[in-house]
Amino acid sequence: MSWIDIGSIDDVPVRGARVVKTAQGCVAVFRTAADEVFAMSDTCPHKAGPLSEGIVHGHKVTCPLHNWVFSLETGEAQGADDGRVPTYPVRIDAGRILLDGAELAKRTAA
Amino acid sequence: MTQKLVVIGAGMASGRAIEHLVETAPDAYEITLFGTEPRGNYNRIMLSPVLSGEKTYEEIVTHDADWYATHGVTCRFGETVTGIDRARKVVLSAGGETPYDKLLIASGSNPFIIPMPGHDLDGVLAYRDLDDTYAMMKAAEKPGAKAVVIGGGLLGLEAAAGLKMRGMDVTVVHLMGHLMERQLDEAAGYLLRKELVGRGINVLCSSNSKEILGEDGKVRALLLDNGTELPCDILVMAVGIRPNTALAKEAELAVGRGIHVDDQMVTSDPDILSVGECVEHDGAIFGLVAPLYDQAKIVAKTLLGEAAAFAPKQTSTKLKVTGVDLFSAGDFAEGDDREDIVFRDPARGVYKRLVLQDNRIIGAVMYGDTADGNWFFGLMKDGTDVSDMRETLIFGPAYQGGAAADPMAAVAALPADAEICGCNGVCKGQIVEAIQGGATTLEDVRAQTKASGSCGTCTGLVEQVLAVTLGDDFVLPTAKPVCTCTDLTHEDVRRLIKSQELKSQPAVWQELGWTTPNGCHVCRPAINFYLLADWPLEYQDDPQSRFVNERNHANIQKDGTYSVVPRMWGGITTAAELRAIADAADKYNVPTVKVTGGQRIDLLGVKKEDLPRMWADLNAAGMVSGHAYTKGLRTVKTCVGTDHCRFGTQDSTGLGIKLEKRLWGSWTPHKVKMAVSGCPRNCAESTCKDVGIICVDSGYEVGVAGAAGMDLKETEALAKATTEQEAIDMTVAFVQLYRENARYLDRPYKWVDKVGLDWVKARVVDDVENRMALVARFDLSQTVYQKDPWAERADAKTQRAWSALADLTLEAAE
Ligand code: SRM
Ligand SMILES: Cc1cc2nc3c(=O)[nH]c(=O)nc-3n(C[C@H](O)[C@H](O)[C@H](O)COP(=O)(O)OP(=O)(O)OC[C@H]3O[C@@H](n4cnc5c(N)ncnc54)[C@H](O)[C@@H]3O)c2cc1C
Ligand code: SF4
Ligand code: FES
Repeated sequence: MSWIDIGSIDDVPVRGARVVKTAQGCVAVFRTAADEVFAMSDTCPHKAGPLSEGIVHGHKVTCPLHNWVFSLETGEAQGADDGRVPTYPVRIDAGRILLDGAELAKRTAA
Repeated sequence: MTQKLVVIGAGMASGRAIEHLVETAPDAYEITLFGTEPRGNYNRIMLSPVLSGEKTYEEIVTHDADWYATHGVTCRFGETVTGIDRARKVVLSAGGETPYDKLLIASGSNPFIIPMPGHDLDGVLAYRDLDDTYAMMKAAEKPGAKAVVIGGGLLGLEAAAGLKMRGMDVTVVHLMGHLMERQLDEAAGYLLRKELVGRGINVLCSSNSKEILGEDGKVRALLLDNGTELPCDILVMAVGIRPNTALAKEAELAVGRGIHVDDQMVTSDPDILSVGECVEHDGAIFGLVAPLYDQAKIVAKTLLGEAAAFAPKQTSTKLKVTGVDLFSAGDFAEGDDREDIVFRDPARGVYKRLVLQDNRIIGAVMYGDTADGNWFFGLMKDGTDVSDMRETLIFGPAYQGGAAADPMAAVAALPADAEICGCNGVCKGQIVEAIQGGATTLEDVRAQTKASGSCGTCTGLVEQVLAVTLGDDFVLPTAKPVCTCTDLTHEDVRRLIKSQELKSQPAVWQELGWTTPNGCHVCRPAINFYLLADWPLEYQDDPQSRFVNERNHANIQKDGTYSVVPRMWGGITTAAELRAIADAADKYNVPTVKVTGGQRIDLLGVKKEDLPRMWADLNAAGMVSGHAYTKGLRTVKTCVGTDHCRFGTQDSTGLGIKLEKRLWGSWTPHKVKMAVSGCPRNCAESTCKDVGIICVDSGYEVGVAGAAGMDLKETEALAKATTEQEAIDMTVAFVQLYRENARYLDRPYKWVDKVGLDWVKARVVDDVENRMALVARFDLSQTVYQKDPWAERADAKTQRAWSALADLTLEAAE
């Protein structure tokens, strides 16, 4: 793992998200009501809606374009919808958000 | 041979350690105990009952002079250790040098004092020891004295409650959104706040302190960063603690956040041990006594050469405020692989939540009824598999097979004077009376009390009162609830928010028995709207409970870009505005510029990070947001009217502009569109709008509830206004009535269809006093919400927030 400091937890709104640009597209970094962080691809498997713009409720996010709901932990679409968003290891250390660069790099390799 | 043990700090941890030592091996050590406080060990955690007057200092002493004498402990109280000379194995203090064979550092923590201006004024207190407690008690003696407590955690709230019991006027200032956020979730935090407010304590959450103001070297007031001044005679800072590591650091022991110790509580020097809040073990530091007592046992064994290892256990928290029942343990964050069991009893003010993972309890928060707290905590510590008792687990050990959560609890909890029917001013008590007097159906109740006889939106609630009062004799018709988080309908929720005066999201979740911790994407935007519409001054709009367009103030498009629509008041523009729009289109590479169906110009395909700059440019040219993305006022279309048209009867353009200027910025259940035509030829298409006005020679025909989207419907005549002012007042009153009563996402035509046009007319047309009251409430709301969202966001902060958090395009490519 190679942890990259991408910013402060305070930069992400509670029950909200921000994006991180990578060479392979945007990664959405979510913050829940309980101040946990999750990272997954910003692109909805349905019609590429930006997941970072969805409403965050519990450990889920609802895509802003057509309301598919995804688990922030597994990236799995919930309910009747079928699809999965790639997720990435992310953690908080002393108020800083760290994203795993090694996993991001694999994204191209895969 | 007896060895010399020197102990630094006569606190709770060292007290326990010495007890273990002298009880197991009374002659192993010759003990010298240093303490800064001029007294021996007392039960620090009981300072709060001393402060509140429920106990005295004498009652909380754990080791008195006799005890130390009996066990041969040499006491050096009132004497601070100022240095450790490890090479010579002596400690330094005012009394000279004291040699040791083994040294035990138990210096505890220091309260953290925010270094803001004024923190060193007289009257700024911490809450850590007996002297602090006495200082607070002394301040409370002055009649009418005021206290401000910074910090809504465990200590701050115990201080606040104690000071309140001593008769002080107390305000708690807390940075976070809810109290005790580290131990409680939002729901429990809400109940706790409600209890404290009920005791007369002023609680300010999400509040940031800026400066402590003084006079003659003494504290006078706390200034918040929103400009509020809170006058006070004392200011208690209870914002956290820091391990007291100064001596250890100076002696060059390994120190991180605390003094590093191994499992045997030995520091980086084999002859120096440490115990209590000053240590850091395996990355963790400690703030509650339970783990410190375990450490004390281990450190005593290590000193006696016995094998032992410290292993931290989970801790639980209770707040020691008499009459407040609260319990928290473990990890209560939500998770996918976790399951929440939520139980709310609004009638008794009870909230319980268990968090399960793999059929084991990993977290528990409870408020109001904590009798089962320790039972849950036991199951949690033992990792008991709870699959078998799952259904009834939340009811506790006594209740295996207990009742299910009651979907009607919210209505059952209403007091008799809670208003159920707003139209006819009928409260619950009157309905219950009618039922007790023999009414058994909705129709009976309606006939006797008039409840639900007008707009009918309270029908669901009246039925619930029937069900609650009659029990099984009444079969509740099933109405469609808001979403799976609740059994209540939109109409029920709206009425209850008003009659119970619910002014925050957690209040709604708790008092209405929501089954999820913070709603979902269906209910949250609706609740957010209801709260801001009903309580414009008290409730704070929550952007995270809004759909993307309203959060970003632009319409998202299928490729994730946005559109920008500046307002063109009544469809009127100027050459200068058009030039500025053209410049913005060039500057931000706008791919499509389109004239909309609403008489204005749409710039489509703008990148999110360009929005704030583009808004600033358009603002500079005098334009504001057109709110083309909101559930709010969109456009007021007009025709050219008397200014130019040979048929025009009134100034339709002017009236359209006046309406748009009055109504823009207000939030509504769904979008609202209007039009004003200068004559019945109706060039502005007024007859299919939410409100459409047609000018005629004798005045203004105001029509409402038209539609031209998914449904097509002509407006219905609301009234004929004789003056322009009257037309404006009726329009504003109609919109306010819609804001106060419609369910979220109903356009006006759907809402009017439910409540009936006559009901609307009675309030907006016939009753002029009521019309003006509606107008006044609308204007009050506009004082908060009529703000150009572009101007508010044309700053560097939004620019950052609207851009990517980080750009790793280079890194990831490597
Ligand atoms: C830009 C515009 C079309 C145009 O190029 O003319 C437009 C564009 C959209 N309309 Fe519209 N409507 C536009 C005039 C209309 C009109 C005509 C009018 O306003 O005179 C109607 C029929 C009247 C009405 O309001 O019902 C109209 C009925 C709708 C509806 C159906 C509403 C309904 O209750 O039946 C929707 C869907 C909704 O709101 O849920 C909708 C939704 C939309 C959305 C916001 C779709 C969405 O949710 O993303 C479109 C945004 C496109 C974008 O990316 O910017 N639009 N839309 C018009 C903007 C007017 C303005 O200046 O603000
Ligand atoms: C008001 C209040 C309420 C609390 N309520 C609870 C509760 O309900 N539950 C719970 O589990 N915990 C509670 N706590 C926390 C608990 O009291 C502490 O965790 C515990 O006291 C820590 O023990 P300690 O021995 O590490 O430190 P302390 O008890 O603080 O003892 C350290 C002592 O060392 C002395 N000292 C420091 N440096 C030197 C030096 N250089 N020379 C000589 N002496 C020195 C200090 O003066 C102090 O007396 C509460 C604390 C407070 C203040
Ligand atoms: S009619 Fe309106 S909602 Fe439909 S595609 Fe056109 S702009 Fe979009
Ligand atoms: S693009 Fe996400 S739900 Fe359609």
